[in-house]
Amino acid sequence: MTTTTPIKYTVKVTVNGKPYSAEVPSYRTLVDFLRYDLGLTGTKETCSIGVCGACTIMLDGAMTASCIILAVRADGADIQTIEGVANGDELHPVQEAFIANGGFQCGACTPGQIMAAKSLLEEIPHPTEPQIKEWMMGNLCRCTGYYQIIDSIKAAAETMGKR
Amino acid sequence: MNDFHFHAPETIEEAAALLVQHDGNAKLIAGGTALTTLLKQSLVQPEHLVSLHRVKGHDAITHSEGALHIGALATQRAVEKSDVVKKHAPLLAEAYRRVATVRIRNVATVGGGIAHADPAMDPPPSLLILGASVKLMSAKGERTVALSELYVDYYETTMEPDEIVTELEVPDQPAGTAWTYIKYLPRTEDDYATVSVAAIGELKDGMVADVRVGLGALGPTAIRASALEDAVRGTSPTHESLKEASQSVMDIVDPIDDPRGSAGYKRDMSAVFARRAMEQVLGVATG
Ligand SMILES: Cc1cc2nc3c(=O)[nH]c(=O)nc-3n(C[C@H](O)[C@H](O)[C@H](O)COP(=O)(O)OP(=O)(O)OC[C@H]3O[C@@H](n4cnc5c(N)ncnc54)[C@H](O)[C@@H]3O)c2cc1C
Ligand code: FES
Ligand code: FES
Repeated sequence: MTTTTPIKYTVKVTVNGKPYSAEVPSYRTLVDFLRYDLGLTGTKETCSIGVCGACTIMLDGAMTASCIILAVRADGADIQTIEGVANGDELHPVQEAFIANGGFQCGACTPGQIMAAKSLLEEIPHPTEPQIKEWMMGNLCRCTGYYQIIDSIKAAAETMGKR
Repeated sequence: MNDFHFHAPETIEEAAALLVQHDGNAKLIAGGTALTTLLKQSLVQPEHLVSLHRVKGHDAITHSEGALHIGALATQRAVEKSDVVKKHAPLLAEAYRRVATVRIRNVATVGGGIAHADPAMDPPPSLLILGASVKLMSAKGERTVALSELYVDYYETTMEPDEIVTELEVPDQPAGTAWTYIKYLPRTEDDYATVSVAAIGELKDGMVADVRVGLGALGPTAIRASALEDAVRGTSPTHESLKEASQSVMDIVDPIDDPRGSAGYKRDMSAVFARRAMEQVLGVATG
């Protein structure tokens, strides 16, 4: 079955409100498609097996691991990535809160943390600590020790609640 | 990863026809949470992938004629959050809530989870003791298979390669039964279980009217501890009596050494958690 030229498909998506299209091999994962075909390198890939949460994006409104989704399957989808979170130069309250509360150090996990935290606050605007832990338990971080991430999310919930 | 032809049919019938057309060389993909990793590792190398993500319907969760009907394309997150499931089979809502993380459950489907047949998965022990069954359809027709007849070995089922899971059916339980699902996680919260036990029980006038125990992560398939159930039914349970009866599960489990624990440790824990689960559903104080 090995062909010299791989079987390719044209994948059209909307990312952060903008249309994109690229022809990719059938086996392209969504995270590789975003990073290498579309040049959107904000989304990170760390574990590649759906465990760590670094590659978290929103796929048609649902928080998804982009490392275990095929790009062809996302054809026609509406995607949001970390690049679409800030409004121009104005950071999103979740981003502000991670800065103010030491919610990151090396930053490798941060795009995924921000996407997951934002998605949590969209579904549960005022989460309890157990709700934060349950939602965020799939976002691993080697640096912060997690408490600052939880603090950041609580702070973001508070500022977002006031707006 | 090898390359493949990717098909995105809009009906189950088309999907079934594609499986026949590419007989032996096609694989279904639903949420893709399990299969994509297997493809990446070249553990499966299908020439054709038949994706169910564009198929309309088959994702409803309803209750009728004394049973829950869950479309195979419903996400596991939808099951966990469903009020209908919480009302008629709260054990099932809890079992699905314990699968991986929200991010996985958002995409993983009920049908994909059932067909994946990893014995460490969370739903099977509960599905077994709830008396669940699945509807399978292929180009040849439909059939219903009880969960107790589905699993054969690690990642192996009695399904034919051209069969598609279309529905999970879970019969109502008698009123007054208590339930529990214990997922023993000595490592991290998002891990697969080291040992898992689902139990249902009912005490009437101090005697065990009903007890059912399902075991996960303890062998090639999830299993039901039928001999243990028989030994406990009709008795007046105490911590000591349940402890003694639970020893029998160590003879029916067949765990493997892995990073989640040695086979010996898992075998020991099978008796401990079977007892605890029964204590919970039978209202016996743990000793
Ligand atoms: C990081 C991670 C952590 C996990 N942790 C847990 C855990 O803690 N507990 C747990 O229970 N599970 C866990 N899982 C496994 C998870 O439950 C499965 O990946 C998921 O249920 C598979 O569903 P899917 O729709 O994504 O299936 P897919 O990956 O699309 O398919 C899985 C298999 O089912 C077949 N298939 C798919 N749909 C159908 C259908 N309708 N009819 C027939 N065959 C079909 C496919 O051909 C394939 O063989 C984890 C998975 C990941 C990636
Ligand atoms: S890179 Fe996708 S979950 Fe880790
Ligand atoms: S900030 Fe370094 S991994 Fe989280």
